[in-house]
Amino acid sequence: MEQSALDVIALSRPEYEMILERLGREPNELELGLFGALWSEHCGYKNSKPLLRLLPAEGAYVLTRRGAENAGAVDIGDGLCVVMKIESHNHPSAIEPYQGAATGVGGIVRDIFAMGARPIALLDSLRFGPLEDARNRYLFGGVVEGIGGYGNCLGIPTVGGEVVFDGCYSGNPLVNAMCVGVAPVDRLASARAEGVGNLLLLAGADTGRDGIHGASGLASRTDPNARFEELRPAVQVGNPFLEKMLLEACLDLARNHADWVTGIQDLGAAGLSASSAEAASRAGTGLLIDVAKVPRREERMTPYEVMLSESQERMLITVRQGHEADVGGLFDRWEVPWAIIGRVTDDGVMRIMDGTREVAAVPVDRLVEAPEYTREGEPAEALYEMQNQDLSGLPDMSGDAGAVLLRLLAAPNMASKRWVYRQYDQSVLSNTVVQAGSDAAVLRIKGTAKGIALATDGNGRYCHIDPYIGAAIAVAEAARNVVCAGAQPAAVTDCLNFGNPERPDVYFQMQSVVHGIAEACRALSTPVISGNVSLYNETAGQAIYPTPVIGMLGILDDVTKRCSMAFAGSGDDVFLLGSAIEQPAGALAGSEYLTREHGIVGGRLNVDLGLEERVQRTALAAIKQGLAIACHDCSDGGLAVALAEMALAGERGLDAASASLGTRLDAALFGEAQSRILVSIRPESRAALQQIAAGLSVPMERIGRVSEDKRFRLGPIDLPLNEIKESYEGGLERALEVTPLVDITERI
Amino acid sequence: MRFAVVVFPGTWSEHDCQYALANVMGQQADLVWHRENDLSGYDCIVLPGGFSYGDYLRTGAIARFSPVMEAVVREAEAGKPVIGICNGFQILCESQLLPGALMRNDSLQYRCEWVGLRVENDGSAFTAACEPGQVLQIPISHGEGRYFADEGTLDQLEAEGLIAFRYCTPGGETTAEANPNGSIRNIAGIVNKRGNVLGMMPHPERACEALMGGEDGLLIWQSVLRWAQQTPEAPAFGSARATARR
Repeated sequence: MEQSALDVIALSRPEYEMILERLGREPNELELGLFGALWSEHCGYKNSKPLLRLLPAEGAYVLTRRGAENAGAVDIGDGLCVVMKIESHNHPSAIEPYQGAATGVGGIVRDIFAMGARPIALLDSLRFGPLEDARNRYLFGGVVEGIGGYGNCLGIPTVGGEVVFDGCYSGNPLVNAMCVGVAPVDRLASARAEGVGNLLLLAGADTGRDGIHGASGLASRTDPNARFEELRPAVQVGNPFLEKMLLEACLDLARNHADWVTGIQDLGAAGLSASSAEAASRAGTGLLIDVAKVPRREERMTPYEVMLSESQERMLITVRQGHEADVGGLFDRWEVPWAIIGRVTDDGVMRIMDGTREVAAVPVDRLVEAPEYTREGEPAEALYEMQNQDLSGLPDMSGDAGAVLLRLLAAPNMASKRWVYRQYDQSVLSNTVVQAGSDAAVLRIKGTAKGIALATDGNGRYCHIDPYIGAAIAVAEAARNVVCAGAQPAAVTDCLNFGNPERPDVYFQMQSVVHGIAEACRALSTPVISGNVSLYNETAGQAIYPTPVIGMLGILDDVTKRCSMAFAGSGDDVFLLGSAIEQPAGALAGSEYLTREHGIVGGRLNVDLGLEERVQRTALAAIKQGLAIACHDCSDGGLAVALAEMALAGERGLDAASASLGTRLDAALFGEAQSRILVSIRPESRAALQQIAAGLSVPMERIGRVSEDKRFRLGPIDLPLNEIKESYEGGLERALEVTPLVDITERI
Repeated sequence: MRFAVVVFPGTWSEHDCQYALANVMGQQADLVWHRENDLSGYDCIVLPGGFSYGDYLRTGAIARFSPVMEAVVREAEAGKPVIGICNGFQILCESQLLPGALMRNDSLQYRCEWVGLRVENDGSAFTAACEPGQVLQIPISHGEGRYFADEGTLDQLEAEGLIAFRYCTPGGETTAEANPNGSIRNIAGIVNKRGNVLGMMPHPERACEALMGGEDGLLIWQSVLRWAQQTPEAPAFGSARATARR
């Protein structure tokens, strides 16, 4: 076997030897292609699986075994469950931003409705290089348009997410899409190809040559830009209209005719080969597939192309014998094309026919059990240098603190993301109670009093400085976000974005991040119910910051008891729960201020998960008892930015001129100490709040009060609110105005 | 009242309309698949928003050939109230039940946000419960909502009082800044001469509960209930009706 042939499917020589051993013979081209797809990082998780086992997956209300189904499900009572998952589409989006992002949305939505759940919300966690660069602007504009183009057409609201810009993502953007659905618990569908003699029905789009080697080539190797033109056809093109019809048909099937089928599985990475092999593996069965029966978009496609195509908008349904006409009729009614392409067998072999000719026969278990690698991680030298930087030697702010605040608020990372989210339908399905732009989105669950709060969070810079603590902070902050909306954190879905795992420093990051997530999830009782790993995120040998993105689900027993960050009543007292207002210079570690104003990425990060959990419990109790009028997570940008956001949201001023900020003004105003939540309460509620906080040993400090006069006064800062508003609301648009957003010549 | 909420392949506001009509307004609201061609059993027809046929070719251009549209045209011509929301408005224009067309937003971007709407005509089936000049807050969600018609048609619409809503500031001024998509003369919705057919880009069904951010959309449904009660077969009030006679 030529090395070049192995390179095409990203298999190593030892892996090839393993295939020979498992089969006891040479695989043919198609069989080798199947192994390449199933053993790709994208499908097989061969570098990450041993690490992922460390994440807590168990919880009282968790209904699924992680990895056993298309997505994770949590029981929320009233006979309903929430189904959710986050997935990356980084590499395709780097090459073709619109279609890459659009099909990322399409893929994650299929994972949710394959479970019989109606998708009710999308969130997107995005990372790009700085907007000064024309290509980054092109990628940013294209990705946002692609997410909207697909999600809007499907009629699923995009309710939240994040956008962060940093040099490490230049040329390698991160596009992590999260979808959340709701299903009756007793109608949750499975993805098992069960029951010998049952039929395999392929529904949806015809199969074309698009996306071949998407899983093995694009997502499992480094630096796609190096072979930009060559890899472009590996990006699929989405058809959201067909997906909408497929969605309605599959939900009709799962809700009303569950007895006709045993499994519903989406075709994602590695197309028909992975979806069918995984469905058979779950059920312990074999399969016979006739590629001649697969409807094609193009002529003269080989069995190899049919099996490995990643054409979008396709689902594989395992139909109980005798119900093929029923299921076919259902898809006909929804005007979705379908074909019976094979059946379930009892010999544990995946047998592929081209008419009467057998073209591949591989034992399912040998194909699905990808090798696992546990590597030696080693921290990069630079890590300790970064962490050991002594920030106390930094000069404190000497100039105008108000000007610093305005600069920070206008920076694309801090500024309002309205330019992004107003391109997304946020309110279709009429469930959205709190839209994008808050700590967390809040949706009602129709037919119940309940609501859910959703947020994504992840700070790559923190994880670059300290992957273990940075990852724990991501979990803590995502939980804090849903708490500030009035929800009890319930479950996590995670998307782990890293560089090349074969590098010891990157593998060390992976190990540390997973440990950090695991510890924080245990401390906050939020099991990781689903997730995805994206590796080889590198450009020109330079890895991205390790970027775990945490998608958090919170539950509100009574959705009318939600809370927002908006200051409401003038005269309300504003308190900080958790770590103190006064902070040492060390609190500037990893902060936006330190990066922007001093050009330093470093310092020693810290999070006390015990305090974190108690602070969150205090805030939640204050909201549930009706004490908290406004509630906001104090995080990126520090205290001054968080308070400015509360003032802007409520269009009210802040009077905190006499707040005691201590000796380090920069650290008090812009430091990013963790475990801090801001609340505003009526003056008469003070004793009640103090009682809750004292009971949980949570420090609380008064900062000032909400004022009517639309001025923002915090220590030395004294600004009219409209000046703050202009910086914050126009920041992103001004950053984009450098040159036209889409440079046409770059498309060609 | 019995409402038919028509569902084309790609429609996505049908559940929102049904929820607003049935759960909030307490009316009967059935989802009717686009292959149905008899709507005679219904008192009002709703063409909801969405991307019928994926907006392929042109918004609403394929949906207008659905079997159900023959019934919609028949019932509209017989005077039955018909409302087209967002994609439904686009389909009504394609079907020539309403004049003009909806083009790509002038921003070239999709827009989803709450907008102000000034009520210009309070005599139609779907605006009779509004006050003239009243400002409603209702969200939009579209990429192709820029209303356009030739000058002659526009002048005629103005003269006959057939402009139902214009985009406006919270204070009711029809400024360029308040116009989210570049619609000519800030037009957000129009009615036919008889006053029984209304097309609008904003989504009243999303503004029917305080929990969802506002209740101004209820006025649209309250209007049609009042209109139907007053005179089941021939409305005898309102400027649209009056101008139609003239």
